[in-house]
Amino acid sequence: MAPSTALASALAVAAAAAAILVGCATVPSDAEVSAKASAVLKASFREQGQAKLDRLTQDDTQKTCSEYSGKALPKDVAERIEKENLASIQWPADGKYLGDWKAGERIAQEGRGMQYSDDPKVPAGANCYACHQLAPQELSYGTIGPTLYQFGKARGYTDEMRKYAYGKIWNAEAYNACTNMPRFGHRGILTSQQVKDVVALLMDPDSPVNK
Amino acid sequence: MADPMKIRANVVGDSTEVKVLMSHEMETGQRKDAQGNAIPAWFIQTVAVAHDGKPVLSAQWGPAIAKNPFLAFKFKGGAKGDKIQVTWVDSRGEKRTDEALIA
Amino acid sequence: MRRHRHGPNRFVAIVLARAAFAVQAQGSAVDEIAKYRAALQDGNPAELWEARGAALWKEKRGPRSASLEQCDLGRGAGVVKGAYAELPRYFADADRVMDLETRIVWCVVTLQGYTEADAKKGPFGGPDRKSDMEAYVAFVTSESRGIRMNVAQSHPKEQEAYRLGEKMFYFRGGTHDFACATCHGEDAKRIRLQDLPNLTQKAGAQKAYTTWPAYRVSQGELRSFQWRLNDCFRQQRFPELIFASDASIALTMFLARNANGAAFDAPAIKR
Repeated sequence: MAPSTALASALAVAAAAAAILVGCATVPSDAEVSAKASAVLKASFREQGQAKLDRLTQDDTQKTCSEYSGKALPKDVAERIEKENLASIQWPADGKYLGDWKAGERIAQEGRGMQYSDDPKVPAGANCYACHQLAPQELSYGTIGPTLYQFGKARGYTDEMRKYAYGKIWNAEAYNACTNMPRFGHRGILTSQQVKDVVALLMDPDSPVNK
Repeated sequence: MADPMKIRANVVGDSTEVKVLMSHEMETGQRKDAQGNAIPAWFIQTVAVAHDGKPVLSAQWGPAIAKNPFLAFKFKGGAKGDKIQVTWVDSRGEKRTDEALIA
Repeated sequence: MRRHRHGPNRFVAIVLARAAFAVQAQGSAVDEIAKYRAALQDGNPAELWEARGAALWKEKRGPRSASLEQCDLGRGAGVVKGAYAELPRYFADADRVMDLETRIVWCVVTLQGYTEADAKKGPFGGPDRKSDMEAYVAFVTSESRGIRMNVAQSHPKEQEAYRLGEKMFYFRGGTHDFACATCHGEDAKRIRLQDLPNLTQKAGAQKAYTTWPAYRVSQGELRSFQWRLNDCFRQQRFPELIFASDASIALTMFLARNANGAAFDAPAIKR
C-alpha cells in the first residue's frame, strides 16, 4: 500500500507542478487578449439595416488608436496617422469651401444618420451639438469637444482658415491623431456640399456662431 | 386584464397620504406607428378613491397624463388598518379596482 | 468698410455679456433637469415590473411545467437575494462566465425546458409586446438593492472576461470611429445636456452601473443592462449587439467589477 500511495502522491505533486507551470505560461499576453477581444466582438454582432458586419473591421487608424487608448500616443505614431489621413482628404474640385450656414446649422442639429435605425436614403447629420457649443442661442450642447463659438471671428475670415475647417471636418485625424471626432467626409457620413455648409456655419461672418 | 396597481397609504399626522402607481399605456392618440398611422387613443378617464367606502378623491383624466401614471395625495382622517380602494375606468370602458390597508 | 463707432472695450463687454448670459441660461437648464429627475424618484413604475417578475418567477411554465424558483444565480439554488451584486460570475455547470440575463436564459432552458432560441426571444419590451425577461431582471435586481457590488475575479475565466471587456471598451469602429471610451473615457463631459459617467474610473462606474436596470421614462419601459449596451452600439453606428452574447457578458464584467464597493441602487428611474 505504501509504495502505490507514495507513487500516487509523487504523481499528484508532479501534475500540480506541471499545472502551475502551464497556468503561468497560458496567461495571455496583451496582444493575444486584443486579438481575442476583436474576434469575440465580431462574433457577437449581427447585421441590421444599413449596419453590416464590415463596420467591425478596423482600418489602420482605428486599430492603432484602439491600441493606444488610455496610454500616451508616441510622437512618431501620431505623425504617421496624421500624414496618412491628410493624404486621403478629397479637396473640393472647384476650390471653394464656403456653403450655406443655414443648411450647416440644420446639419449640426441633426443627430440621425448611419445608425441601423436610420433610413439610408435620408441625408445624415453631423450631430455637432452633441459634442460642441456653436450658435449661442442653442443651450443644449455637449462638452466632449471644445466650444466652437466665434470660430471664424477668432481665427480670421481667410481662405486658409476655410480650407483648414473643411479638412478638419472631412478628416479630423489628419490634424489630431486619435481624436474623438468622426471623419465626416472620409467615412462617407457627409457629402462635400454638406461639409461646405458646416464650414459656412463656422466661417461665414453672418453665421450666428460668429455673432 | 391590466396589471395590478401598487397602492401605499400611510398615516401622517391627522391625515393619510396615499400613493398609487397604475399600469396603463395612456396612449394620447397623437403618436404615429412606423407606417405613419395614428395609434388609437386609450387612456384612463376617471379615477375614484374611497376610504372605508367613502369617496375621498375623484379625478377626470385625459391624454395629458403620462404612461404608467403615479398619483399621490392626502386626505384628512384615516387610521391604520382602514381600507383604501382605488378604481380607474379608461376610454375603452375597461376598469380596474385594487385595494390596500392604511399602514 | 465702416469703422465701428464704439470702442473695442465696449464691443468685448457686449460679447462677454452675451456669452455669460448663454452660460447662465444653460446652467439653469441643467439645474431644471436635475430637479425633474429628483421629482421622478417617487412612484417609480419599475415597481410594476418588479411585481410582475416576482409573480412570473413562481409560475410553472414551459414544457417541464416548472417555476424558476430553483434557479441558481450564483448564491445557491433558490437564492435570489444578493445575487445580482455578484454577477457576472463563472458558473461551473455551464463552464463559462454569465451575466444575469444569460443565467436566466440558462435556467429557463434547463429548469423549464424551453429552447435557447425561445428563451432569448423578445428580450426588450415595446408598446405591443411585454418582455418577460425585463420583468425577471426587475425582480432579481430588486433583491440586491442596498447590497454592495462584489464581483469576484478568482476564476481565470472571470479574469479573462474582464480583460476582454476592457479591450472591447476601447475598440474604435464603425463609420464614426466610436468606442465606448469616446463618450465614457473622461471626467465631467456631457453629450448635449446628458452627463456622461467616466466608466474607466471607480466613481463613474459605480454611479452608472448601480442604477441599471431602470425605468426609462422616454421609452416607457424597464430597461436592463443588456438593453443599455445594445442601444449604445446602435448609436455608435455599429451593427446590432446580439442579446446575451459573449461580448455583452465581457463588457458587463468590465463595468460591474469597476463598480465594486458601491451599494446597488436599482431598479432606478431615468429620463
